[in-house]
This record gives sequence, structure tokens and C-alpha cells, in this order.
Amino acid sequence: MEFGPIWRAARRNKTGPVLIAVQIALTLAVVVNAVFIIQQRIEKITRDNGMDVDNILSVNSAVIGQDFKAELGVREDLRALRTIPGVIAVSASQHVPLSGSGWGTEFAASPESGAPRVNGVQYMMTTDAIQTLGVELVAGREFAEEDMVYAENFSDPQPSLIITQAYADELFPDGDALGQPLYDGLGRPSTIIGIVRRMHGAWVGWDKLSHVALLPRVMPSNSTHYLIRTEPGLVNQTLAQVEAALFGVNDQRVLQELRPMTETKDRSYQGDRGMAVLLGVVTLLMVSVTGVGIIGLASFAVRQRFKQIGTRRAVGARRRDILRYFLLENWMITTAGVVLGTLAALGINYWLMTAYDLERLDPLLLPVGILVIWALGLLAVAGPARRAAGISPAIATRTI
Amino acid sequence: MFAYYLRLAAISMRKTPGATALMVSTIALGIGIYMASLTVFYQMAANPVEHKNDVLHAVQIDSWDPAEPYTDRQPEQAPWELTYRDAMALMTSDIPVRHAAMYKTELVLQPGRRELKPFAEMGRITGRDFFALFDISFVYGAPWTEEADETGARQIVISRQLNGELFGGGDSIGETLVVHDRPFTVIGVVEDFQPTPKFYDVNNGAFDESERLFLPVGVGRELELFSSGNTNCWKDEKIETYEQFLNSECVWWQYWAELENPGQKADFQAFVDGYVTSQKALGRFGRPLNNRLTPVDGWLEARRVVRDDQKVLVAVATLFLGVCLFNTLGLMLAKFLGRAPQVGIRRALGASRKAVFRQQLIEVGVIGFAGGVIGLGLAWLSLRGIRRLFPGFEQLTHLDWTLAGVAVASAILTTLVAGLYPAWRVCRMPPAAYLRIQ
Repeated sequence: MEFGPIWRAARRNKTGPVLIAVQIALTLAVVVNAVFIIQQRIEKITRDNGMDVDNILSVNSAVIGQDFKAELGVREDLRALRTIPGVIAVSASQHVPLSGSGWGTEFAASPESGAPRVNGVQYMMTTDAIQTLGVELVAGREFAEEDMVYAENFSDPQPSLIITQAYADELFPDGDALGQPLYDGLGRPSTIIGIVRRMHGAWVGWDKLSHVALLPRVMPSNSTHYLIRTEPGLVNQTLAQVEAALFGVNDQRVLQELRPMTETKDRSYQGDRGMAVLLGVVTLLMVSVTGVGIIGLASFAVRQRFKQIGTRRAVGARRRDILRYFLLENWMITTAGVVLGTLAALGINYWLMTAYDLERLDPLLLPVGILVIWALGLLAVAGPARRAAGISPAIATRTI
Repeated sequence: MFAYYLRLAAISMRKTPGATALMVSTIALGIGIYMASLTVFYQMAANPVEHKNDVLHAVQIDSWDPAEPYTDRQPEQAPWELTYRDAMALMTSDIPVRHAAMYKTELVLQPGRRELKPFAEMGRITGRDFFALFDISFVYGAPWTEEADETGARQIVISRQLNGELFGGGDSIGETLVVHDRPFTVIGVVEDFQPTPKFYDVNNGAFDESERLFLPVGVGRELELFSSGNTNCWKDEKIETYEQFLNSECVWWQYWAELENPGQKADFQAFVDGYVTSQKALGRFGRPLNNRLTPVDGWLEARRVVRDDQKVLVAVATLFLGVCLFNTLGLMLAKFLGRAPQVGIRRALGASRKAVFRQQLIEVGVIGFAGGVIGLGLAWLSLRGIRRLFPGFEQLTHLDWTLAGVAVASAILTTLVAGLYPAWRVCRMPPAAYLRIQ
């Protein structure tokens, strides 16, 4: 291997190799960190939210009128929505899960004033809540009609509720949550009648996203959401019939935010998806630009050494030797860049960790990134190196 | 001479079309991505009331839970919003030139015109000073009176845009608008007010649309309107009626005061501190005194209006531009050095080093200019892409003339910087060495 001659040649003409090495270092550093962020965002977007999001739609209804009775109005609306063909279940809900808007709450496992409170989000829904959300009940039972609280005041007591497994585990580490009472801020108990395997709440960036309580309750308000679960694939067909059904009950109302839940979810994850896409695009461009840069400089190097190569060929070097020379030279430059880049990648990751609460780099990403950069370098130099190997030994004699 | 050098540059670029295209497109890509990310960043970081920055103050009172700060991420902060009681107490001060307490609430509008169905519209409950405070001028009419804030008179101010939709854009003063089933009289039409960021209320996103109708404080009380923004409560208190809600420790009001000079600010700070101290005697405010009067720029920073993601994107775009420039530098070096024999002849015929240097730089400038112009196009395309990725970002993705100028100028400048070294190298070469082999 011609490490020695290559090294000495590079030292005599260092600008080109240094430029390439710096580009490779920057590219490796940025790409590794960008891919890490992209990975995390994709994980976040695609994690299991426990619900049948694909087959649910939601709408907000605000009834006009000062003497609106929520209990009666909601019952009539639900009845009308159930008659739409393809509908499996419907439920009123004060908010739509994953929408970024919700009712945060705190519960404690004990009525004592010093007992630790656990944050979560509560959804005030009607009897078919479990069916409508498509969540899986792992213990206890669903809501029954007699559980329903049609509240006249905001803080009427709430005798029963269903919570998620994650919320239950936090409140009752011993795993005996079912049947136990939870206490609100005023020390009033609500019995846990059911536990749901998993469900996501309101704010997708919140670390307590899986702490959800479902309350069989309708609030004294003119405004509510309806969640509608359809048979698979019928969301859009059902969507078109919701307005008519609700206006049929009462046309003195405003309907808004009629949309599939997939859209609600997309909106909430818009920032994460956008970030992943933008970083992906810049990463690809960066790799391409660096690759093209290597090709450009290698081609120049070959052209510059035309005579030298011809001479080497004339004095006995084989095509293979020339090819190897260029591949090796490039590999050495790339490796210098990779060493620099590894340090820079760790540096950038450290900056992201301290300034933006990012996690430590996935330890597998760096070696993978290094392999990819090596491959990129060899691929880029392959063309120019082949051309160099093809130079005829006769060149050497021509210009003397 | 300049024209001659331009012609030489054109000839040289045509001789190596591949390398030229590569350099131009690399610069264009770098500049395009960089400018797109910078555009969004600058518009996020903008201060829409620069001219009143030092006089407008967001007011915070630490009325939160004695046991823990309002937010763990910024434990030094007080709650972003005020309780109803505290907002009203501050309104009794006559120290600020102008001040207004406010919150947003969703309203159902029933237009008189038959062809318009009832619709929901975000409104703002606020004091009469709101308009003068934020320099919102009246197209027709005038704000409501102080008395209306007290009594909850059924009066309403709408934006020019909403006036167009509801009343065809004419002078609609005195018209009736039914809100939540009750008739209100239009007493004013104001210019559309859409600051970016929406500095006066960033609770539900700093780039949300602003409200298009405004109602006196008393109306909120009268109609028992809750906030459609954020309401946060810490205390375990029984809240069954709206009255109890008003008297609770829940925070849901924004409050802005115009304080003309440091003396006035100090006076008002003393007033607020005095109020809180007197309330402590009644058993409220269990936390240390932490009342804050923050000017607009400080407020936007405290509320972290510029997203972390955007900062990361600008950093990535800057590094990308760096890679593009190193790339171009390498290509230029290769190209210029390859032209050494030609330069040797020019030098031998009497061209000075300076002249050669200048000629190379002009060629570099031409490449930079071409890259900048194409980069501008790419920036525009990228911003359209960003708008599709982030439907709420319309206001943040406008390429303005300043930024366009900056794009082209920075393309030329950075390319020139990158080109300095190759140009220097080529003009330093001894001509004789290259004459020999001709």
C-alpha cells in the first residue's frame, strides 16, 4: 500500500484534500444528528395511541339559545347520529383526544391533603365512550346509563370513572387500581370502574400523554364535541351525512371542526412531521453536494496528474495499481474527515442536549454514519479513478 | 476594463460548462436553503410593535400555588396570566397612560342577513384602551366608554375584514349584530389587526389568527363567557357558579399596560407590589413577591416564541451553506489552477498580479450572482414547501425584498470570500513555469 507517497503528495498540495475532509466532517456531523432527530420524530408520530383513529371523526356543535338543556339535546343528537349508516358507536365528548385542547386534571389515591397528586387529562363522555374510541378495556366494565352524570354545576361530584393503565400504574403502583376510589382536589371520591390498556390524551408533546381519565358526564354547556366511530373505511362517507343529521334535530346551531380524527392527529404532529421532512431534505442535499464535490476534486486531481500517471504506467504500474492509488488516497482523506466529523457529531449532539433537551445520540448511528460516508467516498471516486486507470502509458512519451 | 473582464468570465464559464453549472447550483442550493430557514426564523423572532417596545408591558403577578412554581421549566417565572380579581384590581390604577385586561372567547354570531348562516367567531373581551394601546385605528366610529366596561353595554367593535363579510364594508355604525342570541350595536370598525407574532396573547400559539371582534369587559361577566384560551387553576376550591369562578385563583386574563418612562414604570411596579402585599394580609399570595412588568421583546423571549426546532434548522442550514461553500472553493481552485498556462501567458504579456487577481474575482462574482438569483428562486420554492408542511405558518413564509436582497448579496459575498484563495493562488504563480511547456 502506498500510504507514504500519498501522504507526502497530500502534504505538498494540501488545499484540495483539506477541503474534502472538512466537507466530509461537516456532513457526517450534521447527518448523524439529523437522522437521530428524524428517528425520534418518526417514533413519536407512529407510537401507539390506543384508539381506532382511522375510523373516528369528530364535530363540534354549539347550540344557539339561552334555555338549552344539555341532557336532552345531547341525547337527541346521539340518537340522530347513530342512525347514519356505517356508524358503529357515538359519544359526546367535551374535547377531542390528540387535538391539543383538553381539560387537565389531578387525582390522588388517598383523601389526605398531603397525598401525591398525579396529573392527567379528563374526557367527559357518554355511555358508549369505550366503543367509540376503540380503546381496549383490560379490566372492569364500560359505562352504564346509571353511571351518567348530567352536571348542573361545573363541580358536581363524579361517582365513577375509567382510567388508562399508565395512569392507574402511577396512582396505584401495587396494581390494584380497579374498584379503588380516586380523589379530586376537594377530596371527593370517584370509583375506578374500568381500566383501559392505552389511550393518548390532549397534548402530544406532554410527558403525561398516556394519563387519561374517562368520565361518564355531560357538562352544562351549549357546546360539545361528538365523536363518531364508523365501520372501517367509511369515515368520509359518514362525514358527509353528519351535518344533515344534526341540523335535522335542531338547526339553531353552529357546526364546526367536522373532520376525520386522522386530520386532528396530523395537525397535532405537524411540527414533528415538518421537522423530520425538512431535516431529511437538507440531509439528502448535503450528502449529494459532498458526493459531487468529491467527484469534482478527484477528476481534477486525475487531470492534473495525467502525465505522472502515464509515466507510472510506462515504468510498470498496472491499471490496478493506479486504481488502488486513487481509491486509497480518497479513503485516507475520507478517514481524516470521518475522525474530525465524529468529534463534531458528538459536539453537536452535546450542544443539542444542553440547549434543547435532546437525548444522547443513539450509539449505533455513528458507526453506521461512518460506514455510509466511507461508501459514499469510494463511490464518488470510483469514476475518476477508473478514468485514471485507463490512461495510456504512451501519454508519458508524448509531451517530452 | 470591467466589461472586458465580464466577457472573459463568460468565455471561461462557457469553456467548462459542467464545472460552472456545478458551482452555480451548489451556491444556489446553499443560499436557497439558508435563506428559507432564515426567513421563517426572522419572522418568528420579529417584534411587531418595535416602535412601542419600551412602553408596552405585559404584567404578571405571582398568585400561584405556594407549594410549587407555575412552570417547572422556568421556575423563576410568575403565571403568564392573571386571575379575574387581580386583573380588575390593576385596572383601578391610574398610573399607566393606557391599560387593558383581556381574554379571548368563542362567540356565536347570527348575522341579520338571511343568506348568512350563524357562525362561530373568536372574539376578545377587553377594555376600551385596547385599541389605543396597540395603535389600532378606527375606520368608522370610536371605542366604547369606560362605563360600558363596567356595565357590560351591548356594544361591539369589529374588524374591517369582518365588516366586509357582514355588512358589505360600508359604514355599519349603529347596525345590530346578534351575538350569543343577544342583540349588540356596532359602535366601531377598526383596521385589521394581525401582528406576527401575536405578542399580546401567545397562549395558544404565537402565530394564531387574531380576533376580529371586540367586546367590553362587562359583557364577559354579563354573558358568563369563559376563556377559549388557557385557564389554569391550582387551588382546590369549590367552583359551581360563574361568580365563584370569577373569584377563584384560576388565571385566565392577559393584562397590558403602557408605561411612558422608567419613573412611571417604577410607580406602577410599586402599585402592583403594594396591592399584592395588602392581599397577603388577607391570606392570598403565598409565594414570594414576584410581580413582573416585561416589555414586548423580553416577553416574546420569556414565552419562547421562536421554536427550538427553528433554531436547530437555521443551524443545520448554516452548516449546509458552509459545505456548499467549501465545495465551491474546491471546484474554483481546481478550475483556476487548471487555467495556469493561460494566466502565465497573460502575465508574460504584461498583466499585473493585481489585474489577474481582479479578473478572477470578477468571474467568481458572476458565479455568485447567478447562484444568488437561482438561490432566491429556490428559497421561494422552499418557503412554499414549508407552507404546505406547516399550514399555520402562512405569515412566516413571505419572502420580502429585504431578504431577497440579502440572499443575492450574501451569495455574491460568500462566493467572493470562497474565491479569494483560489484567485490569490493563481495570480501568485510564476509565469515562466507555465510558458515552458507550451
